[in-house]
Amino acid sequence: MRLWSRAAWALGLVALALFPVVVTNPAYVAIGVFTLIYMSCASSWNMFSGYTGYIALGSAVSYGVGAYTMALVSIHANMAPGASMFWLAPLGGLLASLVALPIGAIALRVRRHTFVVITIAIFFVFQLTAINVGFTGSTSGLILPFISWNESYYNVPFYYVALGLVIFATALSALVRRSRFGLQMLAIRDDEDRALGLGVRTTAVKLTGFALAQFTIGMAGALYAMFVGQIFPQFVFDPLFDVSIALMAFLGGLGTLAGPLLGALILESFQQWLTLSFSNSSLYLILFGALFLLVILFMPQGIVVFVRDRVTRRAAREKAAVAAAETTLAGSRA
Amino acid sequence: MAILSVSGVSRAFGGVQALQGCSLEVAEGSIAGLIGPNGSGKTTLFNVVTGYVQADQGAVRFRDEDITGLKPNQVFARGIGRTFQLTRIFERLSVLENMLVATQRREGWLRGLTRSKSSPEEVATALELLDFVGIAGLAELQAGALSYGQRKLLELAYVLVADPQVILLDEPAGGVNLTLINRIAEKIRALNAQGKTFLIVEHNMEFVMSLCDRVTVMHQGCNLVSGTPDEVRRDPRVLDAYLGGGDDELEEVAGG
Repeated sequence: MRLWSRAAWALGLVALALFPVVVTNPAYVAIGVFTLIYMSCASSWNMFSGYTGYIALGSAVSYGVGAYTMALVSIHANMAPGASMFWLAPLGGLLASLVALPIGAIALRVRRHTFVVITIAIFFVFQLTAINVGFTGSTSGLILPFISWNESYYNVPFYYVALGLVIFATALSALVRRSRFGLQMLAIRDDEDRALGLGVRTTAVKLTGFALAQFTIGMAGALYAMFVGQIFPQFVFDPLFDVSIALMAFLGGLGTLAGPLLGALILESFQQWLTLSFSNSSLYLILFGALFLLVILFMPQGIVVFVRDRVTRRAAREKAAVAAAETTLAGSRA
Repeated sequence: MAILSVSGVSRAFGGVQALQGCSLEVAEGSIAGLIGPNGSGKTTLFNVVTGYVQADQGAVRFRDEDITGLKPNQVFARGIGRTFQLTRIFERLSVLENMLVATQRREGWLRGLTRSKSSPEEVATALELLDFVGIAGLAELQAGALSYGQRKLLELAYVLVADPQVILLDEPAGGVNLTLINRIAEKIRALNAQGKTFLIVEHNMEFVMSLCDRVTVMHQGCNLVSGTPDEVRRDPRVLDAYLGGGDDELEEVAGG
């Protein structure tokens, strides 16, 4: 089982790494870039919300902060268009984490549904502000320095940087899961007051986890801005982004390592493909709705947990069957 | 000398005066019992001592320190552990992980990020304590799968992880079978022999009277009587508080 899951991870990584080599069509590689960006965001979101149970629906704040860091710095510093702009991504991530500190300090004082509502409210404050202030370019957006890479090559560097982001988010998520800090977050998910009574500094743990999760999302936003070349407040501070990454994590398996990655891989690539094939950008919403209904009905804990339970249950059944057969055999011999 | 003393603590929830100038002293190394009818304020007193509820008035002292108004994690770090009436465990963590959550009180939270979940010594200590309460065999099991009695034992074990000086148990014998009640009593005695102080809320009179050195009876948010189990058993006010009857009834019950 252990070997099995390791092999699956390795296979997945190899497949993702080889994708732009095998599929050279730029349109499909672009789908790959968007998918990877969402995978890193869903994984990072899960590292806080999946582990602590605090379902945050304002992650687009971090995405937007990252995107605007990339846009504003590259424009105002007169950066040479090209690969050096990638270095702005960590800065975007850092700013997203910093912005998350006061947000977390307010929102994390409340729990459950109230927390969800507060994160949504804070998100809309940011979106409205971004639309109404001048430096974001308001509704006409901002145009980033134009990168004049060859069309057939353009997507490839973005693809591999995004893949690096996915690996970073997953590794961080795995490390946190194994650390004491991660254990404390899981304890908070199960019973926050009890954890507090056992010496866990719940406020500090929640705030650190929340800010840490925004780092990757901020970097992803920065990468997105650089990739598409022009950003608008309403598209980087997008409520659909908030909901999407949460749903991706739920679909794949909340709190698991592979779940959010799988959920994002399925949903984002599917959505992008639909948009590309049918040039109807809202058709996917109908299919999304149907898909979610099915998942909630038949595997409410997500795909990963569903499959894992099936595999363990079958293994246990086989073991029991073997044991029973041996008993019968021993009985007939005696 | 009192290791834990509560003096004049009051607390109201809306119009309900849950505690009304309640005072209590727990001697170091003793097993103190706290009894009283439902709604007399026992659990609220526990909550005030452990920082889950803030007192409106009064003070809580632990040894020489005023611990009134500290947060639950700070109270725990000073060496006061507690269990809950309805057991509260981390259901989706393994039994061993439940134990490990409690081992972390002595380090900064940021260091926890770089540290692995547990050191071999901590796992060894955790398993030793699980063995002490008799559920070491279940260490790898998800805690949510434990029975009610096993949860009580797990809760006792993980309070012990941090080596507290005073342990507050809220109905340790509630809803568990006789064999397990005896096992819990035996563990409490063994720990008390090692120098741990206990304060126990319990409705099972036999359990309290056989185990405790001193018993305090609470009634309507304040302490009514304090004394040895025998003194308390004979005190007419206690029966009055429990049964609410007149003198005639009292004599009847006391005689029977």
